[in-house]
Amino acid sequence: MKISTVLRHLREGIKNVVRNGWMTFASVSSIVISLFILGVFLLLALNVNNLADQIESQVQIRVYLQLGTPEAKVNELKNAIGNIPEVKKVVFVSKEQGLKDLRTSIGADGSELLEGYDDTNNPLPDSFTVDVFDPQNIAYAAKKIDAIGSADASKPISSVKYGKGTVETLFRVTNAVRNIGLVVVIGLAVTAMFLISNTIKMTILARRREIGIMKLVGATNNFIRWPFFIEGALIGVMGSVITTVLLLFGYSELVQASQFELGLMMIKLVTLRDAGLTVSAVTLALGTLIGIWGSTLSVRKYLKV
Amino acid sequence: MIELQDIWKTYADGTHALRGVSVLIERNEFVYLVGPSGAGKSTFMKLIYREEIPTKGQISVNGFNIGKLKPRKIPYVRRNIGVIFQDYRLLPKLTVYENIAFAMEVIEAPKRIIKKRTMEVLELVGLRGKHASLPQQLSGGEQQRVAIARAIVNNPSVIVADEPTGNLDPETSWGIMNLLEEINFRGTTIVMATHNKEIVNTLRKRVIAIENGTIVRDEARGEYGYEN
Ligand SMILES: Nc1ncnc2c1ncn2[C@@H]1O[C@H](COP(=O)(O)OP(=O)(O)OP(=O)(O)O)[C@@H](O)[C@H]1O
Ligand SMILES: [Mg+2]
Repeated sequence: MKISTVLRHLREGIKNVVRNGWMTFASVSSIVISLFILGVFLLLALNVNNLADQIESQVQIRVYLQLGTPEAKVNELKNAIGNIPEVKKVVFVSKEQGLKDLRTSIGADGSELLEGYDDTNNPLPDSFTVDVFDPQNIAYAAKKIDAIGSADASKPISSVKYGKGTVETLFRVTNAVRNIGLVVVIGLAVTAMFLISNTIKMTILARRREIGIMKLVGATNNFIRWPFFIEGALIGVMGSVITTVLLLFGYSELVQASQFELGLMMIKLVTLRDAGLTVSAVTLALGTLIGIWGSTLSVRKYLKV
Repeated sequence: MIELQDIWKTYADGTHALRGVSVLIERNEFVYLVGPSGAGKSTFMKLIYREEIPTKGQISVNGFNIGKLKPRKIPYVRRNIGVIFQDYRLLPKLTVYENIAFAMEVIEAPKRIIKKRTMEVLELVGLRGKHASLPQQLSGGEQQRVAIARAIVNNPSVIVADEPTGNLDPETSWGIMNLLEEINFRGTTIVMATHNKEIVNTLRKRVIAIENGTIVRDEARGEYGYEN
């Protein structure tokens, strides 16, 4: 193909966007509407995911030591636990600290329960709190810690707790929520593709006669296809740019407006920067692809003249 | 050279448009196709530029077996056949200029030459002043002349003209006939379907008469032979 022909196709594709004004409008609108709905759900899914991550990351393993475990043993255990590959962080909580924490978490209402206990009369054992890299591995890590304790002749670990049962239920819920989000987003993406390509198909159906004339004048299939390809890509880009702008603008407003209320509930929305990248990438890629796909596929049908 | 050998054409709805037509048209001939409405003239022509394919029989144009052409080759064969469609078939969203230039863009002619040649044929059909109009802004006769301009712009070796003067006043009709005759003098084969008795009987050429899908008469320097 000559350079001048390439330029001709480009020019023609751009001109067609203008020439077929109403059809362009219809196609772009259908892209904006479908992708916007998809984008809203994508943002929702991202946040649900993020929330699930936040909740999951709060689960910890608590390792209680036998009363009177010597300091050397404590350090040895701390190192051994820290060396487990799944473990991210081990923090030693002395029994004094443990009592203080307990007081704070019970609060003023239950303060009489702990009356009489102090640093010299402390029933609590020393302990570790252990964070893991992937909360889903918590049970596995707990088992390993338990094994370290059993392997030691002095049996320095009295118990390993991580909310067994509760944690598993929590993960079942968060995983289900994640999967539902994924299914909804994929389902919407497929629906959007069909909706958009249908609109494009209809606009091209109206041009079936034109395609037929071009062929009778001696145009090859490629010659006819290229401007349609460019037109489709332009429509896709226009639609997805508009959608991206709407979504990002809307989301940044939402993040700002809800900052205070959600902050009180300890919920943090995914930042505009983090969500924006995913959302723009998905919308732009999907919109452009659909534009090209819809137009080339529909043209092909009418080229057999 | 155009050759039809025992051509039959039955449309999908069962209409027998052509029944056993055999014809040989030499290079550089000028042929009128005459016959009553529905006789099969347009079908005859559509087979030549392969808008339709024969149900039975062989047809060759410039040495190509039209019925058996590979889809990839069809555009290249069509480029040597200028078609003036009975219903014009202009691209509705392109201007007069763009419609004609399109036929030259297809063969990847340089832009400068496209411009020069397109304005030249617009002048020939008397539509220079209308180059920026859209087809829908033109009268039937003007649209027909755009179709003529597009058909001749690439200097094809064959021109197939389906009632090219059907919508023109006598004076413009004669202008177009002079144009076609001149193109024919320069070596182009012309096949023209017409109901214009005066033209056929004045500008004497070979006349092929079709009735009910068969050739009933074929005379060099023939007459129209029907009452309008
Ligand atoms: N696409 C089609 N499908 C079905 N029948 C058709 C089709 N095209 C033409 N016909 C029929 O084939 C016959 C021949 O039609 P054709 O158009 O060749 O006639 P014509 O001689 O060109 O007539 P006119 O002088 O009115 O243009 C007619 O009976 C017509 O109805
Ligand atoms: Mg006809």
